[in-house]
Formats: sequence, C-alpha cells, structure tokens
Amino acid sequence: MNDPQVEPLIRLSNVTKRFATPKGGVYTAIQDVSLAVAPGEFCTVVGPTGCGKSTILGLISGLTRPSEGLVEVSGRQVDGIAPNTGYVFQSDAVFPWKTVLDNVAAGPRYQGNSTRKSKEMAREWIARVGLGGFEDRYPHQLSGGMRKRVSLAASLINQPRILLMDEPFSALDVQTRVLMENELLALWSDTSAAVVFVTHDLEEAIALADRVFVLTSGPASVKSEYAIDLPRPRDVSEIRFMPEFIASYQSIWNDLREEVLVSYERSKLAG
Amino acid sequence: MTTTTSSTASARTGLTIRQKYRRRQRLVYTLRIALAVFLIGGWELGARTKVIDPFFYGQPSGIYDQLHTWIVHGTAQGPLWKQVAVTLQETVLGFAAGVVGGVVFGIVLGTNRLLADIFSPYIKAFNSIPRVVLGSIFTIAFGLGMTSKVLLAVVLVFFVVFFNAFQGVREVDENLISNARILGAGRVRVTREVTIPSALSWILASLHVSFGFALVGAVVGEFLGSTQGVGSLIQIATQAFNANGVFAAMTLLAIVALTAEALVTKLENRLIRWRPTQISDITI
Repeated sequence: MNDPQVEPLIRLSNVTKRFATPKGGVYTAIQDVSLAVAPGEFCTVVGPTGCGKSTILGLISGLTRPSEGLVEVSGRQVDGIAPNTGYVFQSDAVFPWKTVLDNVAAGPRYQGNSTRKSKEMAREWIARVGLGGFEDRYPHQLSGGMRKRVSLAASLINQPRILLMDEPFSALDVQTRVLMENELLALWSDTSAAVVFVTHDLEEAIALADRVFVLTSGPASVKSEYAIDLPRPRDVSEIRFMPEFIASYQSIWNDLREEVLVSYERSKLAG
Repeated sequence: MTTTTSSTASARTGLTIRQKYRRRQRLVYTLRIALAVFLIGGWELGARTKVIDPFFYGQPSGIYDQLHTWIVHGTAQGPLWKQVAVTLQETVLGFAAGVVGGVVFGIVLGTNRLLADIFSPYIKAFNSIPRVVLGSIFTIAFGLGMTSKVLLAVVLVFFVVFFNAFQGVREVDENLISNARILGAGRVRVTREVTIPSALSWILASLHVSFGFALVGAVVGEFLGSTQGVGSLIQIATQAFNANGVFAAMTLLAIVALTAEALVTKLENRLIRWRPTQISDITI
C-alpha cells in the first residue's frame, strides 16, 4: 500500500494457485502474488493474455481457493463467496431466459428481498444505465453494449463494496467500448466500491485506474505497480492525449513489453 | 439487395415481398399434396393392375375400407376408440413417468460429479441392452394388463430423457452459475434458476423423440401379449394375413404421433420464448 494509514480492503499475501491438468500434471496460474487495494480505489491489472489475471479475481470473489498464501477482504480470510462483491464477467453472464428486468432484479431477490421490491430497485438501475424502455426485452434482442449495461446494473444493484471486472469490454467495438468506459467511471463515482479491473489493454488500464498492477507472463506474479495521478472526473476519449497519460503509458509499456514478448515466444513454441 | 418493408416492390418481378412469400408457400403446399397423390395413387394403381400384390402389401382403398369398418362396426376386441384409448393411455403414462424419472436423475447426476462417476458404467451397460426385450420380462411378471406396457414405455423413454437432461446440465455455462452465486444464490436457487432453465432446451428436444419411443413401448408391449390396444389390432391382423389391417393400425398410430408432436412443439415454444427466433435463409 502507498498509504500505510489506510487499512486495505483487499489483501493478497504470497498467493499461489495451481490447477490439476486433465493429463495429471500441474499448472501454476499465479505464483507468489501480493497486492493490496484500498476501499474505494480503482485498480487495474494488466498482463499478457492468458497469464492468470482472471484467477486473481476468482480468488478475491471466493469462487476459488488459493493453493498457498492468504486472501483477505476487510482483514478476514476469504472462505466461500464473499458478501458485498460484484463480478462482471468477460462473456455476457446475463441469464438468456430472463428479461432485462428479471436479470437485474435477480441480485436483490437472491439477497432476500421480495420480488416486488427487487423489481422496483431493478427499474431504477435499468434507468441509471440508460436502458429505460428495454425492461421486457430478452438479452438476445439487445446489442453487445446493451448486454454489458445489463451486466453492470445487475452487479451494481447489490451495492457491492468490491467490484471485480474481468476484461468486461474486450468483446465490444472500439466506439462502444469508450462509451462504456465513461459510463463505468460515472457509475463508479456514485458508489464507494473498490474496483479490480482486469484487462490486457494498457490504454484502458491507465485511463480508468488510480493504480495499475503489471503482471509477469504466466505463472503471474506482480511485476510492478504504478499510481496514476490523472484528475477525475475523466473522459476516457480525451485523457489519452494528456502528456501525463503518455508518460505513464511509456513507462508501463516498457515493463509490460518484456512480458508480452516472453509470453509470445512461449505460445509460438507451444503452437 | 436489402429491402426493409413488405411494401417494397422488387424491381425484377414487380411483386411485394409478402406476395412472393405467399407464392412460395403456395408452391410448397401444392407440391406436397401432389407428392402424396402421386405416392398413394401409384400404390392404388399398382395394386389394381397387380403390379403390387395387394394380398401382401395392401392397397389404399382397402386400408380406407378397413378403417371405415372399424369406425362404424368396431373391431373384434370392441369399439375402435377404446383400442386407441388403451394404447394412448399406456403411452402417456409411460411417457410421463419416463420423463419425470429421466429429468430428475439427469439433473441429480449432472450436478453431482461423484454420483455421476459411480453410476455411469451401470447406466452405460443398461443402455447398451436392446431394451425392447425387457418387454418379455414385464409380460411374464405383470401379465397381459396395462402395467407391462407402461413399464416398457417408461424404460424406453427414461434413457433418452436422462441422457439429454444429464448432458444439458453438464453444458450449463459455468459463468452463469458463478454469476448467480456471486449475486447471492444458494444451491437450490442455482439449480432452479440457472441449471434447469439452461438444460430445458436439451430436455424439450428429447421429448420429441421420446414420445415416439413411448408409443413403440406400448405397441410392442401389446404385441407381446394383450387383449386390448392398437398393438393387438396389428397382431390379430398379422395372424389373419390382413395387410390392410396392419396399415390401417399404422395410420392410427401415425395420427397419434403427429398430434403429440404438435403438442410438444407448442409446449416447447411456450417454455423457451427467450430463444432467438430463427430467421429463414430462403431468399425471396
């Protein structure tokens, strides 16, 4: 942590995660990862594709357990699904058999609210993400960007203290992506949630973040971290031209490039 | 070329899209009827000119007469509607029990790795037996009544539905389950709100096939020994070398099967309304 005064909300201490491969081998996804995220902080995690970035989110959310090391949220070890956590997946993890309204209302319903109250809350959030009038549509009737908005609303409606995002905008076209990034920043600024946002796109990582973690190529560990002191509120499409942005980009890219090359060489060998 | 409204006339023919669509539909129906007339007419003609021996292969007019006799005067075992009703009852009971059993087992084993690993060799072994032979066992054990037919139908239906439900559960998107869990859903909720709806399209697809199997179970059961039902009509006709009787009974079974198929399709459309509607790739 930069500031030792603030108790971190999320802390990973020397965390290693190994998986058994179907052939009986061992695959180490992340090795000896240590990082801390303060309450309300927007952190991005960049690294070469397939280096184990998503594994970190799985560990924080409690969907998976570490093989070694300690994962803590609010000073308590994570065992099982962490409460007050939202997770936006890379694929559209919206329920295709539920309408937009029922998708967004799912969270409050699972938290024990009545269906009626959940739907009321859902309507409000649907309007907030700009999907008013689409309540009765099914996901397949929406565009990719609109489905992302549904995912965002469905996660944020539970008012999470931690929002985990796994390359959420990687499947969108460039224009929609910038719109969604701005939208996310606007929505986030109204909450007090800490965000851990995984991406392989360095521009996106810098434009959104307070802090950027650079991971090594797999097995991933934290190679370096950078504080991004760009003013907020930010406009993602404008901020890219600021000299501070470009300076950050250059120094982080120097770090990241090596890892990307290593992972590229490896994939060539494997292929 | 893209045209967006139905009133847009095509430059080539001067017809609207809707007119062209209707015209194509009419063509399809006309050709369908023509095909039926050709086949049935050819059969009848062949039988009358003795190219096809009607003693062995029947003839359409004879089948019609047979049906007419059954409807007006009843069959040797009683009124026709009763025979159909008996077979239908066996089929529906077997179908319902088989579907419920298959779905429950499929979901339980699909969501529980350990149980699936324990049961899988036995299920595979049981599935590899030609299950129709079980009909003989059921007839010996339960006699000529309805039970043995229902059981045979259950056995035939169960495996089809089970394998589909099992596979459907296995194919559920892991992310959707994770998402539901993160949002706060417990085990029961995940099963009810994610696993089952997701597996539903697989299960419903199996219903199309399995109603046919239930009918096979009931009819074969009746062959093996019974006093009532369409299967026993066929058996009696066979013993009397009455080819038209066999074909007449087959016609009845076809009507039952097609009606059931239509009902299943209706159910399917109602239950999976969320699925994208298919856009035909016919160029018009």
